[in-house]
Amino acid sequence: MGTNELIIQLAYLLSAILFILGLKRLSSPATARRGNMLAAIAMLLAIVVTLLDESILTFEWIIAGMIIGGLIGATMARLVKMTEMPQMVAVFNGFGGLASGLVGAAEFLRFQIGGAPAPSLDAAIAIMAGTLIGAVTFSGSLIAFGKLQGIVTEQPVTYPMQQVVNGLIFVAILAAMTLLVVAPASGPGSGVAPELVYYGLWAGALVLGILLVIPIGGADMPVVVSLLNSYSGLAASAAGFALNNNVLIISGALVGASGLILTRIMCKAMNRSLANVIFGAFGQAPDSDASSGEKRTKADVNSVGAEDVAMLLAYATRVVIVPGYGLAVAQAQHKLRELADQLEARGVQVRYAIHPVAGRMPGHMNVLLAEANVPYTQLYEIEDVNPDIQAVDACLVVGANDTVNPAARDDPASVIAGMPIVEVDRAKHCVVLKRSLSPGFAGVDNELFYARNSMMYFGDAADSIAKIVEEVKQL
Amino acid sequence: MSGTILVSIYVFVLAMFTGFEVITKVPPTLHTPLMSGANAISGISIVGALVIAGLGEGLLFSVIGTVAVVAATINVVGGFMVTDRMLRMFRRDGEAS
Repeated sequence: MGTNELIIQLAYLLSAILFILGLKRLSSPATARRGNMLAAIAMLLAIVVTLLDESILTFEWIIAGMIIGGLIGATMARLVKMTEMPQMVAVFNGFGGLASGLVGAAEFLRFQIGGAPAPSLDAAIAIMAGTLIGAVTFSGSLIAFGKLQGIVTEQPVTYPMQQVVNGLIFVAILAAMTLLVVAPASGPGSGVAPELVYYGLWAGALVLGILLVIPIGGADMPVVVSLLNSYSGLAASAAGFALNNNVLIISGALVGASGLILTRIMCKAMNRSLANVIFGAFGQAPDSDASSGEKRTKADVNSVGAEDVAMLLAYATRVVIVPGYGLAVAQAQHKLRELADQLEARGVQVRYAIHPVAGRMPGHMNVLLAEANVPYTQLYEIEDVNPDIQAVDACLVVGANDTVNPAARDDPASVIAGMPIVEVDRAKHCVVLKRSLSPGFAGVDNELFYARNSMMYFGDAADSIAKIVEEVKQL
Repeated sequence: MSGTILVSIYVFVLAMFTGFEVITKVPPTLHTPLMSGANAISGISIVGALVIAGLGEGLLFSVIGTVAVVAATINVVGGFMVTDRMLRMFRRDGEAS
């Protein structure tokens, strides 16, 4: 090992350490920002020492690539709205997967076309795995982005024999990978050229990524985004195995672990298995005869106006606000904060109950409320709110539905049975801000809307909250 | 199986355990920044991309390498910046914003 190589390896070790320390500081909001900076410094270090690599002969392409990528990344990071964070993360995941996949592609083609020495068996396996995971992450993330952005339908897209088709594609991919690993340099006359098989592998993996994500519905996106996050890390690790580069292996493993933990938390918060989320096509429009009994209408609920809600909230002692994806859709986080300020000025205790799967990605609601300047010390997990929720005078549900549906607790036959909920129905009063009585993502009716202690205030959440604020001011 | 790959597998498995230990401690309120920050870290494949883009072994490799550099740089720069933007907004009760 030359001096140059030694310096590079030690710098990589240092940057791996800094990545771990950076992630460690994410364990508290007070230190998180410095943690992120530490990780960014680690990345900068890794990039700078890589440029010392003796096999780099030309810098034109590198500089061009970094400038273009840097400008695009910086612009996106500056302009994205907090409500659009899930699709932003999805698209970044996709780029990470693409980069790792392309690194594998270059390694393979350097040997196949470029005349570089054949990769070892281990490296060949890693190249193929990196290609598969990278390409699936890329196309899957783009579909997830499309669904979150509303370009692709949020409904699960299903067709007959879906699992069989996916299974066959996967088998074909495995066959291609095996062929390329076992007989990378098939001589002339052996039929198809290996590089064509390799391009076929890319095509198959890209199609598989699309097919795996389209049957998954909008509200299951927190799981999908977490899982793709994990894949993007594993793709980087695979590239690390192919290049025999430890900093890639370590960083990729950290991200892989992070994504897996989040995936598990999201699945638990819905009381569903990962397999059910991925293959279950959950949230399809239910058959018309499946909904039980008579069709209930707005006449069956206690429909109220802004004045009633304002009275209830302003004269309450304890209020719990339960936000859901509807808050993000209506961009009502700033108005909501204004309402909370008004209530607090009157001496009302205001807390927020955040369900883990509220929104479209883990922590989505927390970021929205942070943007509206709500201190994170007012945000509570459901286990912290439920035990004494009977003492709460009023729960204000803003654009949440399945996460407050008592059927999850009471009806073992319900599709959402066993899912942890915020038990707003046990509070003294409950106000639901909602556009209509339409069922939530899971397609089940919500008994909460018809409960005796519930009030429904129909309308756009941002408008409704603005009207409530006006009424509170006049009290 | 060569010794090198065995060492690599050791490194991978131990790093996974480290990741589980460290990340389990991240509170739910920071899950979105965790995700975008981790995402930026997965852009580490830029290290491989840079070498390929700079090999000078012909147009094909320069193009593949450069596309990989662009994709990874978007991931790295965008990921760290947007995470910082989010984390700046988190404040305790009574803290100035």
